[in-house]
Amino acid sequence: MHNGGGRGRKIEQAKDFGAAFRRTVRELRPYLPRIILASLCAIGGAILSIVAPNQLAKITDLISAGIAPEQAMALDQIGRIALLLLGLYFGSAVLELSEGLIMARVSNRFAQNLRRSISEKINRLPLRYFDKHQSGDILSRVTNDIDTLTMNLNNTISSAVSAMTLLLGTVLMMFVTNWLLALTAMASTLIGFRLMVAILKKSQKYFVERQVALGKLNAHIEEVYSGINIVKAYNGKAQMDKKFDRLNRRVYRANQRSQFLSGLMHPIMAFIGNFGYVAVCVVGALLTAHDLISFGVIVAFIAYVRLFTSPLSELAQITTSLQSAIAAAERVFEFVDETEMPDQRKVSRKLQKEKVRGDISFRHVRFGYDAEKTIIKDFNIDIKAGQKVAIVGPTGAGKTTMVNLLMKFYEIQAGEILIDGTATSELTRENVHELFTMVLQDTWMFEGSVRENIAYNRTNVSDQRIMEICEQIGLAHFIRTLPNGLNTQLSDDAVSAGQKQLITIARGMVEDAPFLILDEATSNVDTRTEELVQDAMDKLMEGRTSFIIAHRLSTIKNADLILVMNEGDIVESGNHQTLMAKNGFYAELYNSQFSL
Amino acid sequence: MFKLFRNLTKRDYGYIGLIFAFITMQVGLELKMPDYMSEITVLVQSASGEMAEILRNGGFMLLCALGALLANTASGYFISLLSADFSLNTRKKLFDKIERLDMGSIKSFSTGSLITRSTNDITQVESFLTMGVRMLVRAPLTATWAIIKIANKSWQWSSITAVAVVIIVAANIVIMRLVIPRFKIIQKLTDELNGVTRENLTGIRVVHAFNAEQYQEKKFARTNQRLTSTQIFVQSVFSVMSPLMYLVMYGVTLAIYFVGAFIINAAEMGDKLVIFGDMVVFSTYAMHVIMSFLTLSIVFMVMPRAQVSAGRINEVMNEKIHITDGTRAEGEPAQEGTVEFRKVSFRYPGAEEYLLQDISFVAKKGETVAFVGLTGSGKSTLVNLVSRFYDATAGEVLVDGVNVRDYQLSALNNKVGYVPQRAVIFDGSVKMNIRFGDNGKAKSSDEDIRQAARVAQAKHFVEKMPKGYQTHLAQNGTNISGGQKQRLSIARAVARRPEIYIFDDTFSALDYKTDARLRKALKKYTENATSLIVAQRIGTIMHADKILVLDKGRCVGAGTHQDLLKNCPAYRDIAYSQLSEEELHA
Repeated sequence: MHNGGGRGRKIEQAKDFGAAFRRTVRELRPYLPRIILASLCAIGGAILSIVAPNQLAKITDLISAGIAPEQAMALDQIGRIALLLLGLYFGSAVLELSEGLIMARVSNRFAQNLRRSISEKINRLPLRYFDKHQSGDILSRVTNDIDTLTMNLNNTISSAVSAMTLLLGTVLMMFVTNWLLALTAMASTLIGFRLMVAILKKSQKYFVERQVALGKLNAHIEEVYSGINIVKAYNGKAQMDKKFDRLNRRVYRANQRSQFLSGLMHPIMAFIGNFGYVAVCVVGALLTAHDLISFGVIVAFIAYVRLFTSPLSELAQITTSLQSAIAAAERVFEFVDETEMPDQRKVSRKLQKEKVRGDISFRHVRFGYDAEKTIIKDFNIDIKAGQKVAIVGPTGAGKTTMVNLLMKFYEIQAGEILIDGTATSELTRENVHELFTMVLQDTWMFEGSVRENIAYNRTNVSDQRIMEICEQIGLAHFIRTLPNGLNTQLSDDAVSAGQKQLITIARGMVEDAPFLILDEATSNVDTRTEELVQDAMDKLMEGRTSFIIAHRLSTIKNADLILVMNEGDIVESGNHQTLMAKNGFYAELYNSQFSL
Repeated sequence: MFKLFRNLTKRDYGYIGLIFAFITMQVGLELKMPDYMSEITVLVQSASGEMAEILRNGGFMLLCALGALLANTASGYFISLLSADFSLNTRKKLFDKIERLDMGSIKSFSTGSLITRSTNDITQVESFLTMGVRMLVRAPLTATWAIIKIANKSWQWSSITAVAVVIIVAANIVIMRLVIPRFKIIQKLTDELNGVTRENLTGIRVVHAFNAEQYQEKKFARTNQRLTSTQIFVQSVFSVMSPLMYLVMYGVTLAIYFVGAFIINAAEMGDKLVIFGDMVVFSTYAMHVIMSFLTLSIVFMVMPRAQVSAGRINEVMNEKIHITDGTRAEGEPAQEGTVEFRKVSFRYPGAEEYLLQDISFVAKKGETVAFVGLTGSGKSTLVNLVSRFYDATAGEVLVDGVNVRDYQLSALNNKVGYVPQRAVIFDGSVKMNIRFGDNGKAKSSDEDIRQAARVAQAKHFVEKMPKGYQTHLAQNGTNISGGQKQRLSIARAVARRPEIYIFDDTFSALDYKTDARLRKALKKYTENATSLIVAQRIGTIMHADKILVLDKGRCVGAGTHQDLLKNCPAYRDIAYSQLSEEELHA
């Protein structure tokens, strides 16, 4: 949600501000020289703008001296000072600009690196992480959090330096010029400022409330729209409207309060300025009347009052933007610091894909997703090269667990899985992955051309080879009908579910590994495409040791081995005949299909 | 955008009147202050400066400042009421309108776009209203008022101010021209970056399986690099803004004083002091003028974005509602439970091709009629005509012997229990989800809900949940499995105790075993009800009383499973691809 930002941005608090702050500073270390340079520019610019009012005061004094009878206006001197002032203003502008340019680069490079670390981190995390965390959460760290962090960082670092300089410098200059006027100016400003901070604090509460209320309302809207057929068909409009009205009312209240309070800031700032002006004028007039100061001093002080109030409100803003920056940073680093997959530098064995026969054995395998809850207790089986293994069971029986173990996505708790007699624990994950072709049900396409999708992560595959494969599995015709053939960019709506499935199968054929993991489900494909997909799957299985999450009866019946799963565990194994004879869970599952 | 403001209520116009009044008051008071300032300046300057006079003028000035603060606060208060009121009413109107749209319109807008229109777009217009109203009223008022006040003081000072205004407005336009198109690019690149990350996340198993980690990282890095350089460009351009504005404003004061020195020098003795006072005042008014133009140029730059949003909201508001309420509350008593299609054809308004053509059939009370066919053959559209998600283009759809168009929508809905292919789960308890909506009868009792869950094979897993029927389900049911969602969605239809069930490809998401058990229980429970079933699997529908085979919107076969196997080649094709010979004839 990019648009809701700005005024309504929720102020988040970091869980551990200190730690997250130190961590951010540490990450910023490579940029330190440039940050220092930017800060120096900021300090320089601030000093110049402090010096300027004094010069303006001189001009005023010279003009008012020229008003007096019998006095000539010192036009030369005025000209010289004006030139100097012009130089000061220009210098200050140039310094401020350079600071802005440097910080824009620093903060965006910093963001770029953070985004890169997150993207690389994703691939180094164990799959366990993704089974427990939602992808939306990770996505929001890549974009929203990093955006918040950089935007606020960009504002914070250099503004803090220049605001501090401006504040200290102004105070110093005021006291040097006239201590009584200095006290007057500061006192009048600070009183008003306290008021503003109080309002700011109060309005923040309402902003958070508004954000929360708006979030709830939006969720409700989303829910109703995406389930509109049910809302209509079940006469649920009244029920949903009631909830909508309640949430909408709540947004209204929070909205009105937060907008009103935040709208107060500006007028109060203006009032403080005017109040300071009058105070300075009155006290100044008293002092001029007693010839203690010149009129120019008053003009200078009027400028000082303005200079003094702006860094104060800036500092107040900086503290809140620092807070959201650090809260965002905390979430980013939390992800970057997650425990990664075990190190495998010590692994020395490697199985060559071409030389692998294709035998696989489970020896006393024990496994559970949580250390305390074992779901596979002691599993043993021998599978010979070229055999077909069907994995069956009701939905939610844990059929993907087998995929996770075979692919070494999860580590087993005890026992061994042996490939041609070598334990997978002695092989790198990459090596294991190389030996398997995996075609899953959630056909996974990515942005890119058809070629990139088929020859995924491979550069040495010729178009001829790709078309050969497509020819075999009946995809070639489809590709020829595309406007740019293999170069056509894939988008979700242009390709049907069946074609997607064929593309993933083609991808598996290109991979050409000795083992195959295949999810057969084709529930949302029309029957003719389904036939095509099934033929393609049969081609894919040829000559490979295959594990098939089976949905077709013919696959199950023809399998060399059937693994029957229920509630996470493998409850039966054998072929169709032996399992039917056993009259157990499998037989019940099989018979249920035509019992109506 | 101004079309949208037609939605403003009488009370809103009251607010607007008050806002105008208070802003005028505030501007007047603000512009009065420099007069006192000049008085004070002259008093301080002149030797005769009396303290009492200074205090009096200072006091007036403070009164003005306080008055301006109060007027400003008041106008701010009414603006906040106005914009909150506007978004409350507009959002409600839009929500209501979208709920009434027919499925065709909803599809053509797309659900995602309707969501953004009801959330982001409204927020966008609202925040423009909050900022824009104040600025749009205040800036022109201040500028004209201030110009009138200083117009005849000195042409030199006036031209200095004019030059400054031109510089600031021009700079602003150039900066926005450079930056705004790039905002769109940044949005696109951010989406792209999100896309790459999302595909990496959702396909994490595939990425690992193909050892494609670096491939994905490279892809990410390319977009990341482009995003970063565009961001750097935009922010660099923006960092010109603030130094330039300050430079111009300080420069104007300096120039006015510098030129002032010469004017005073050349003036008559007696006028010198007055001109000096004018000079101080002029520089203040000049600031007001410059600031006003700056604000105005910002408003006009921000406006297009709000205008786009307003246009998108209006588009929905102006959409015609095609499905209108009828008057009948009851069907023909003798024909209870029948669904009849008489030569029904359907196409989307404006589309050339028909989705359904010349479909006729009758489903009598207690019968099960099934629809099979390839994807895109029109089966789902067909059953959707019963609930009037769409209206037939030609022919008649009758429920209980009465054309569906003649029913009050709610009365029609009370007769039907509809279960879609994609189960819908609302944020709320299991109980709330099962007894969702209103069926014109008394609310289902706890026992009814348990009964419905039992029939839908949901009882077992619901009762295993930590809080049973009170267990909270997240939006979209993200905390339960797909099969469980589907069973709850069936339980919802059962709890409604309808005359007619519509299962729109409901069973494909279930595994064979659950599918079979569920249909057995349903069959027993719904003995007296009519069922229309859309299915992919032959196994699901082979026992139906009547099966209609659809191909490209036409009915190419009708009859029982055995009839169709003998007489309908299209049906045979489908059947043989799924089941073996012996199973088909079992």
